[in-house]
Amino acid sequence: MSKKRMVNATINGREQTLLCDNRMSLLDALRDAAGLTGTKEGCLTGDCGACSVVMNGKLVDSCLVMAAEAEGAAITTVEGLAIGSDLHALQQAFLAEAALQCGVCTPGFLVASKALLDRNPDPTEHEIRYWLAGNLCRCTGYQKILEAVQSAAAQLRDNPR
Amino acid sequence: MSEITSESLGGIGQSVKRKEDLRFILGKGSYVEDFYLPGMVYGCVVRSPFAHAKINGIDSSEALKVPGVMAVITAKELEGANLSWMPTLAGDTQAVLADKKVHFQSQEVAFVIGETQYAAADGAEAVEVDYEELPVVVDPFKALDPGAPLLRDDKEGQKDNHIFNWQAGDKEATEKAFQNAEVTVSQSTHYQRCHPAPMETCGCVADVNPGTGRTTIYITSQAPHAHRTVLALVSPLKEHTTRLVSPDLGGGFGNKVPVYPGYILATVASLTLGLPVKWIETRSENIQSTGFARDYHTTMELAATKDGKITALRVKTLADHGAFNAQANPMKWPAGLFSICTGSYDIPNAHVEVDAVYTNKAPGGVAYRCSFRVTEASYAIERAVDLLAGELKMDPVQLRKKNFIQPDQFPYTSVTGWEYDSGDYEKAMQVALDLVGYEDLRKEQAEKRAKGELMGIGISSFTEIAGAGPRKDFDILGLSMNDGAEIRVHPTGTVTARFGVKSQGQGHETTFAQILAEELGLPEADILVEEGDTDTAPYGLGTYGSRSTPVAGGAAVLAARKVREKGMKIAAHLLEVSEADIEWKNYQFQVKGAPAKAKTMAEVAFAAYTNAPPGEEVGLEATYYYDPPNFTFPFGTYICVLDIDNKTGEFKIRRFVAVDDCGTIINPMILEGQIHGGLTEGLAIATMQEIRFDDQGNCLNGSFMDYLLPTAVEVPNWDLDRTVTPSPHHPIGAKGVGESSNVGSPAAIVNAFVDALSHLGVTNIEMPVTPWKIWQLLHEKGVA
Repeated sequence: MSKKRMVNATINGREQTLLCDNRMSLLDALRDAAGLTGTKEGCLTGDCGACSVVMNGKLVDSCLVMAAEAEGAAITTVEGLAIGSDLHALQQAFLAEAALQCGVCTPGFLVASKALLDRNPDPTEHEIRYWLAGNLCRCTGYQKILEAVQSAAAQLRDNPR
Repeated sequence: MSEITSESLGGIGQSVKRKEDLRFILGKGSYVEDFYLPGMVYGCVVRSPFAHAKINGIDSSEALKVPGVMAVITAKELEGANLSWMPTLAGDTQAVLADKKVHFQSQEVAFVIGETQYAAADGAEAVEVDYEELPVVVDPFKALDPGAPLLRDDKEGQKDNHIFNWQAGDKEATEKAFQNAEVTVSQSTHYQRCHPAPMETCGCVADVNPGTGRTTIYITSQAPHAHRTVLALVSPLKEHTTRLVSPDLGGGFGNKVPVYPGYILATVASLTLGLPVKWIETRSENIQSTGFARDYHTTMELAATKDGKITALRVKTLADHGAFNAQANPMKWPAGLFSICTGSYDIPNAHVEVDAVYTNKAPGGVAYRCSFRVTEASYAIERAVDLLAGELKMDPVQLRKKNFIQPDQFPYTSVTGWEYDSGDYEKAMQVALDLVGYEDLRKEQAEKRAKGELMGIGISSFTEIAGAGPRKDFDILGLSMNDGAEIRVHPTGTVTARFGVKSQGQGHETTFAQILAEELGLPEADILVEEGDTDTAPYGLGTYGSRSTPVAGGAAVLAARKVREKGMKIAAHLLEVSEADIEWKNYQFQVKGAPAKAKTMAEVAFAAYTNAPPGEEVGLEATYYYDPPNFTFPFGTYICVLDIDNKTGEFKIRRFVAVDDCGTIINPMILEGQIHGGLTEGLAIATMQEIRFDDQGNCLNGSFMDYLLPTAVEVPNWDLDRTVTPSPHHPIGAKGVGESSNVGSPAAIVNAFVDALSHLGVTNIEMPVTPWKIWQLLHEKGVA
């Protein structure tokens, strides 16, 4: 059996063919093969959420998904949130509220928060806290992240993008 | 021309948006892991499964057969280069790769290089090490038993497992005060072993280029200059041809201060293969092998009069330093700043004693979001004061007020020798009491107690010591703890400023630009701050111990004032007046008494390159290395209010009020974020984090599954307020803030737990305080 395989996936709207080691995680495929280094590794055990991406509409920890499983999938990473220089409402809110410090967890929080707001445009603080419980942040204490998600949600309700 | 103001410049005190954030929210940060160099290969460390074992042999032959494996490095290969051992920051030695025996579980034994990270990992699996298990020392109290196995038999003259005994204060006077005391209290406690666990683990990409003769190491370093100097001292690498680049760092909290074997191994591998080598720790490697924090077994005692005047403090600590004494502390201060443990109180007698021992655990003792053991000190005194309040049946607020150092006592010299710069402790406390509604809470607590409900109010009025440090006393491996700033004002009036410190998320690119904007009269948007590249940054010892603002911030101000001094000459030339007639006012160079005749810094900058005064050097640049005259002493009062379920022991923090005083505030928005983060880590320490071992030295929780970090679910909303008492000796009165909240909060939280259960006779609960521990106590007392 070949040790490598081609994986065809639509990443941030662009069809790509990635040459992946059979054992490669989706996280490594995105970073090493597709050059999308915005997605971060925090633990490799699915406990921290730094590697969060959306795959076929579902929020997943890309460190726990095999690259081969992404065959034919549509994947959104942090690099897919802004359209050109037009930032997503969440990105704008994270900037405005200073909802980040070191920035390693930030891509995961942005992707996870987008997945939440796509499902639930008006989440309560409680719902945001529980939805984001799979994403660890060591710097912010979450308060400004929660404020940013609430502010982006309000922005998107007024002006959906 | 419109008036220049601090607001228009984005100067000191403005909530300027963070310059670093745009790249992070776009996924375009540039962390060590994001460096992919042409031809790069990967390293993986083979680690010991045993805590103490003899190595009879290492067989790499099977590993070398694994497809894609390029080389295996063991201690034998390192010996040739004299690199099998390296110095630690505390002046001890640490094995880069274990040669004769392993001293802790997860210790580095071999390094496998593969074409991919997968090949390297497979190769590491295939390395066969013949271990012969040895008796293990896990309990630090047993480390000094006669007959305890000698762990460091590699050290000549080492007869036992004792590392040092260090004392401060007056032992005799303290003992006398205890003998004569009306009341004494004593409590033994363990500030448990924690790990800073930043979201980004440690790692590097080492690129020894045989063509250029240059070595470039992209490295997760909080102190790249210091690390380069250490490398140059112990290896054949030369400082001028070695470039350390600490790019965006994903948090540090002290974890990225030490030099780790992986950095050396990747560099040796790159030298051997002539290829760039990437080594990135896994999370488990991070938690199990790199710098832990705390692990102080402390007995704290207070002596007092019956009416609550503290007369003496006695603190005795047994410090578990693990297998190598690798703590990050200044050479003359083996227990760091621990003798600041008299805290916010005017205590006439004190004696502090620390003994450190070797055990079969990972080395470390890093300053985890604190200034060299000040967290342990703050916890000891703030818990002890509550203990005394309980003994005296006095309100902990009243007891603190009675013993606070008073505003008119500053500068105040403590009995352990620290000169506190400024403070107004009661004022900060009063703000906190008013904000939380203290009197009402005590009434509510009494009502709840009558109904059998459990509610606790915990207070901590901490004093921190930050900004290491004055060079007369403070160094790391002999290097003075001073820091440089270099400013280049370009002809068009924009600025590149470089620093020897290194942000790990604190926002230096923004706050240092704000300081310079204020001093130079140029907008912060026109000031680019760069850090972390030893090729370009001025020398400095890096960022930890809340030293960036106190030390590098001072350097920034004084470098900017040098620029202004030169600017005076140029402005005088342009305005055709004598230099004595020019003053720096309203953020520009003005003619005294004729403010309409003025030149902006940008105009002066252009002239510096196009129309410099005759005889004056062209250009507008300055460098300053700042040696702080003293430490800074941030302080504050934190109040934690929590409710406990009297059947299950589960708890909820209802309210947490944090009033900080860090002197002059540079950016209130960034300040809030720093405090939120520190409080959250304090909550983590108080209720979750502890690295645990079994009796064979196996680490029991080396992943985020079981070494718990708080999530958005557990963390309350923090209520912040502040007072501002500037530091009299700092050029802008700033004291530093990144760590105060981690220093002050664990005691507030534990005091709240103990307060909730005090009527049941509970006087102490060891951290981390978990629902299980509380339930056990409730069960013992017949409540649950």
